[in-house]
Amino acid sequence: MFKTFFKTGALGLALFGSLPAQTDFVRDVQPIFAKSCYGCHGPKREMGGLRLDVKKAALAGGLSGNPIQPKNAAESILYQRVAGIGDQARMPMGGKLDPEQIATIRNWIDQGAVWPDAATVEVTSIKRHWAFIPPQRPVAPAVSNSRWVVNPIDAFILARLDKEGLKPSPEADRVTLLRRVSLDLIGLPPTIAEVDAFLKDKSKNAYEKQVDRLLQSPHYGERWGRHWLDAARYADSDGYEKDKIRQVWAYRDWVIKSFNRDLPYSQFVIEQLAGDLLPNPTQDQLVATGFLRNSMINEEGGVDPEQFRMEAMFDRIDAIGKSVLGVTIQCAQCHNHKFDPLTQEEYYKIFAFLNNSHEANIPVYTPDEQRMRSDLFRRMNEMEADIQHRSPDWQTRMAAWETQVKTGQPEWTVVKPEVDDISNGGQKYIPMKDGSLLAQGYAPTKHKVKMTVKTDVQNITAFRLELLNDPNLPLGGPGRSLKGTGALTEFEVEAAPADAPDKITKVKFSRATADINLPETVLDPMFFDKTDKRRITGPIEFAIDGKDETAWGIDAGPGLRNQPRKAVFTAASPISNPKGTVLIFYLKQNHGGWNSDDNQNHNLGRMRLSITTAANAEADPLPKNVREILLIPAELRKPAQTQTVFGYWRTTVPEWKDANATIAGLWKQHPEGSAQLVMQTREDPRETHILTRGDFLKPAKQVSPGVPSFLNPLPADAPANRLTFARWLVDRQAPTTARALVNRTWQNYFGIGLVSTSEDLGKQSEAPSHPEVLDWLAVEFMERGWSMKAVHRLIVTSATYKQSSKVTPDLYTKDPYNRLLARGPRFRVEGEIVRDIALSASGLLNPKVGGPSVNPPAPEFLFLPPASYGPKVWIEAKGDERYRRALYTFRYRSIPYPMLQVFDAPNGDISCVRRSRSNTPLQALTTLNEPMFLESARALALRTLQEGGKNDEQRIAYAVRRCLSRKPTASETAELTNLLTKETKHFESSDAKPWNLAAADPTKPPALPKGTTPAQLAGWTAVSRVLLNLDETITKE
Amino acid sequence: MLTRRTFFKSSSLGIGSAALASLLAGDAQASTGLPSLPNFPAKAKRVIYLFQHGAPSQLDLFDYKPDLQKLRGAELPDSVRKGQRLTGMTAYQAKFPTAPSLFQFAQHGKSGMWLSELLPHTAKMADDICVIRSMQTEAINHDPAVTFFQTGFQIAGRPSIGAWISYGLGSIGQDLPAFVVMVSQGSGGTQALAERQWGSGFLPTKFQGVKFRSGADPVLFLSDPEGYSGTARRRFLDDLAKMNELKLQDYQDPEIATRISQYEMAYKMQSSVPELADLSKEPESTFAMYGPDSRKPGSYAANCILARRLAERGVRFIQLFHRGWDQHNNLPKEIRGQCRETDQPSAALLQDLKQRGMLDDTLVVWGGEFGRTVYSQGVLTDDNYGRDHHPRCFSLWMAGGGIKGGVTHGETDDFSYNVVRDQVEVFDLHATILHCLGVDHTKLTFKFQGRHFRLTDVHGSVIKDILV
Repeated sequence: MFKTFFKTGALGLALFGSLPAQTDFVRDVQPIFAKSCYGCHGPKREMGGLRLDVKKAALAGGLSGNPIQPKNAAESILYQRVAGIGDQARMPMGGKLDPEQIATIRNWIDQGAVWPDAATVEVTSIKRHWAFIPPQRPVAPAVSNSRWVVNPIDAFILARLDKEGLKPSPEADRVTLLRRVSLDLIGLPPTIAEVDAFLKDKSKNAYEKQVDRLLQSPHYGERWGRHWLDAARYADSDGYEKDKIRQVWAYRDWVIKSFNRDLPYSQFVIEQLAGDLLPNPTQDQLVATGFLRNSMINEEGGVDPEQFRMEAMFDRIDAIGKSVLGVTIQCAQCHNHKFDPLTQEEYYKIFAFLNNSHEANIPVYTPDEQRMRSDLFRRMNEMEADIQHRSPDWQTRMAAWETQVKTGQPEWTVVKPEVDDISNGGQKYIPMKDGSLLAQGYAPTKHKVKMTVKTDVQNITAFRLELLNDPNLPLGGPGRSLKGTGALTEFEVEAAPADAPDKITKVKFSRATADINLPETVLDPMFFDKTDKRRITGPIEFAIDGKDETAWGIDAGPGLRNQPRKAVFTAASPISNPKGTVLIFYLKQNHGGWNSDDNQNHNLGRMRLSITTAANAEADPLPKNVREILLIPAELRKPAQTQTVFGYWRTTVPEWKDANATIAGLWKQHPEGSAQLVMQTREDPRETHILTRGDFLKPAKQVSPGVPSFLNPLPADAPANRLTFARWLVDRQAPTTARALVNRTWQNYFGIGLVSTSEDLGKQSEAPSHPEVLDWLAVEFMERGWSMKAVHRLIVTSATYKQSSKVTPDLYTKDPYNRLLARGPRFRVEGEIVRDIALSASGLLNPKVGGPSVNPPAPEFLFLPPASYGPKVWIEAKGDERYRRALYTFRYRSIPYPMLQVFDAPNGDISCVRRSRSNTPLQALTTLNEPMFLESARALALRTLQEGGKNDEQRIAYAVRRCLSRKPTASETAELTNLLTKETKHFESSDAKPWNLAAADPTKPPALPKGTTPAQLAGWTAVSRVLLNLDETITKE
Repeated sequence: MLTRRTFFKSSSLGIGSAALASLLAGDAQASTGLPSLPNFPAKAKRVIYLFQHGAPSQLDLFDYKPDLQKLRGAELPDSVRKGQRLTGMTAYQAKFPTAPSLFQFAQHGKSGMWLSELLPHTAKMADDICVIRSMQTEAINHDPAVTFFQTGFQIAGRPSIGAWISYGLGSIGQDLPAFVVMVSQGSGGTQALAERQWGSGFLPTKFQGVKFRSGADPVLFLSDPEGYSGTARRRFLDDLAKMNELKLQDYQDPEIATRISQYEMAYKMQSSVPELADLSKEPESTFAMYGPDSRKPGSYAANCILARRLAERGVRFIQLFHRGWDQHNNLPKEIRGQCRETDQPSAALLQDLKQRGMLDDTLVVWGGEFGRTVYSQGVLTDDNYGRDHHPRCFSLWMAGGGIKGGVTHGETDDFSYNVVRDQVEVFDLHATILHCLGVDHTKLTFKFQGRHFRLTDVHGSVIKDILV
């Protein structure tokens, strides 16, 4: 490049060598700047981050770097650009400087680029970057061919083409167009029947009818939801080392559903950032906050949970920056943003909005399960109403019972023991304000934790262990298993006099009581520990029987298991030491499975220990919430509270035995549901500090919630919470939010955004190719109620979109990336759609929407060491579930699904709003040989022989249409016939093994259609494999 | 990937020559890297990085501390620890007993380099390697620490060093990818190793590492269905190419031509990769040199032979990960096992490259993601101890292209706890690797999110003292 440059440069000098000896900036140069440059690089705009009216700014340079190298014009970008040297666009845009002017600039630079300080504009504030000013609707320009214009998008595009001397391409043919819009709107090619129907439809709005049909398809949400899931860094596992499975598919389904119902984007964002803070949030609105929770979690043995909570926080802000704001903000985590006006303090102000939440995990239910639940609860209520109806004096009787149970509870003193951290098995026991300990971080499947406390209490008669709920536990706990349960293998206490701590004696228990004593139950297989011991859970006695196989269990079944529990252990003789007593508690928790790196722990989640001096203390049988309601005077209770008390009391009344049993039976029908990670606001707020260099161990100045000053202001009187922040993001005055979304939408249609750096519209972004289209669409988007479907409709019905994507060499040379849009988009579809097309063409596709992620075939070794950290579960789906759309494929962050990875699907480690689009040999190998592609080729062959027509020509046309939607050309038919003949002949030879190609398992070949041979099927399989591997098959054309 | 000549020969298309030229130029860029690189003449053409995953103990291998023997069991002085962060596994440990190495050290080679008895084979190459005793990292847990070594940043999302190098320099040969990764399992316990450790981050995905493994399919989906190979495969691909060419004639989209060429490349890989992975034609002497494990497919030793074969075939960046160095407990027993698996093959690789005259232009790096503590994790006994993670100092070695042999660089304090001389940060190592490849680490950049990113971020200086 330099060589060419010097050549041109020398030529320039030779031609214009007769210039004044000394160039004067004010006299010679500044007028050129003022006339030709200020328009884009001056007070109104700073294109490319450069302005030339302010000395300081000009010398500092813009995006491309420092434009002026004094005494070296050859190396100065300013000179190169105005002289048209190099591969960058010549400046000024759309025009040229006179040769004399160019030479003036060259001389000025070569002579040292002297710029007197007096000759500059003094600016108090540099002009705001275009993207930080709320968009206004631009007026559509006049164009050369107004008949071409369907909506203003076309006018803006055509105006630019006019300027460049280009003409739009003709409209694509109908079949191509239908395939294009189908792939774009639902991610699936049209069926043959859909193509035929469209071809037959001669009405004027036939195309618009197809657009409506596609926008109403449930697959629309899958297609466009997937883009959002990239931005939301969705995955089905925790990431990092252990990369354990997590249940978050409810969030994925919520995204799909929200797209399908065209939830206004503003609401879509608000619910994801703060759905839990909306009044009476629905399950959906809680699930939506899973967006923030899609961060990775590290549970390595050595981690400090707070470090990774902080990293999750950074990740959340990064995700909001990329997906909603379209502005890079994470740099300010460590220092003031170098280019955009975001300060480090402002970064932590945003952080403060998000910093006040539990990392909660709640049960969620599918619509069917929700119906089942409400039906069950209705029936339970009816049963209770019936009991009350039959016993009109129930209120008096319950009051009498209340009086009886209110008194006689022993006094308990909470003790706050120190946890011996060698004994914790790597699990962190975090002390809570109420004296309880919350288990977090790494979860060993077997450990015996030791806790020590000194007390001055004399005559200790019993110990109480409370198991408490906590939002940060699975399903709220009180245990840490996937179901929020735990098991206590053994409870032991040792005591020693405080003045002789070595004289330890083991405390003998005379008995143990608990508020839940379940029948003996064999452990769930999820806790299998590779021993052949019969490991069981059951009543509280199991915790003091000295046996390792038995444990106190608290799993009361679905709907009932996530409740606080308590147990009391009575000492055989009271403990007294005049100088106080050292108590050592051992909580043995050995009922987990064999693999601590998987979700196999069965630990207690949050626990509190107390002691008493009362005689005969036992576990209060009343549930915690009932006990709390009893403290409220009866007349002040709400009906629901009275009903809660009744719900417990009735179980103690012998005459209602049958009704109680019926209700207990109904509980057994309660659905299991699934889990979802969500945000839940903490009662006691956390303080937020600026972290020096982003290090969580170096907190500096405390900050309060706030927003960056270069964006729209917060409403004056709004509370400083996540909901306010969420609403601020989608305010009509938010300058980047709508632009970011329409820009990405555009990117997904045309392969490249109007701003190509779609993750960043800030000062370092590339200038928009069509700023007016961007602003016009952004304004339309907001004014049409933030309707994403409205934006889609505008784009896909535009003449711009409908152009043919054929390219001529001239046009390609002029506009290789199709930024000017003189042709339609043509590029390879996304990884998920590559698979979906194969499944759909072969007829294997299972179109079911939503539900748990599925495990299509994958190489087995991936899920075993050394490919993965520990053995991972991947039970290959059988039947229909193999053929679900690729977006439902289970996503382990550490082991990306190979087929999707090779086709550039991101793995969810971080937010991604712009995928790469590569074209590699590994992709070729995948579509040739990956089992699902081979399975698709075989299925397509079989189907073609079954349904494809009477002769090979018809069959070829049929198979081609299933893959490409269009019919084959004559030369294609000839080529494919030739291939079919050769292949069939090959497989007819005596030593050929047709079933090796035509069947997944040659020993179990499928039934052949009547009158066909294995060689024919193999021949057709080869043809199908060619068709599924065509560039056009996986290309949106 | 497809060369200009084969493309012109194999296609008789009416595509405009301008489009075709630009297509081929774009394509060429994928395999030959950036035109501006190298910045200066390279000493090394390629890198073989032997990543010892899990973090080997510097105290038992390289960082000789004879005086520690007297302090066995003594509490680590606070003046050394200075309240630095420990991992959650020992942060609350009541005692920090000093655990001197159980292993003998001796001097080797003309240079008199001190090495542990655990590395008898490496010791024979002492005059070819440079041990850096003063490495230092910021991360204290495995995943972030490996991520830091691989990408220069603890949080996932940036390109790995191999991706940077294949982006910058491209591949040398024509039939294999520029960046190849192989993973082996040691006898010790494993730590996670996510695919993203050789990912391309924000660079185009074509620069990510391609994972090879042992067995019939060294690259996923390489094999055609059984009985469908040789001429059948060729015939099939020719037909596929003809169909794609018909489309290319109609649409003239260069992407179609690229796709055709990628199927050709896949075809080549279908022969070149099995040929590469097939060790049956290696002479006996090879296996003798790399040790008994080298006959076991998938072992570190077998992967070392493959590394040499990959180097011979023009792969630019070859990275082996050997897992199992995370010796929190039972270190003496486990480290013996890990060394048995790695010492001989690593030394053999150097020897082998040297014999073939390739060590001069191949940079070999051996090391883990951090070091291990001088104090024992868990109970210290006469013949047993464990060591926790230690980021503040650790050792690794480099050899070959551009590196001075027989050098021991840097120094730690008496407890191998802090660096006292010539501290080397991960960024410095990166800068040095790039330097050996003829790349100025400040000039290998990629613009993303409005910023010119580089592997070494705003850090890094070349370790001049160890260069030839």
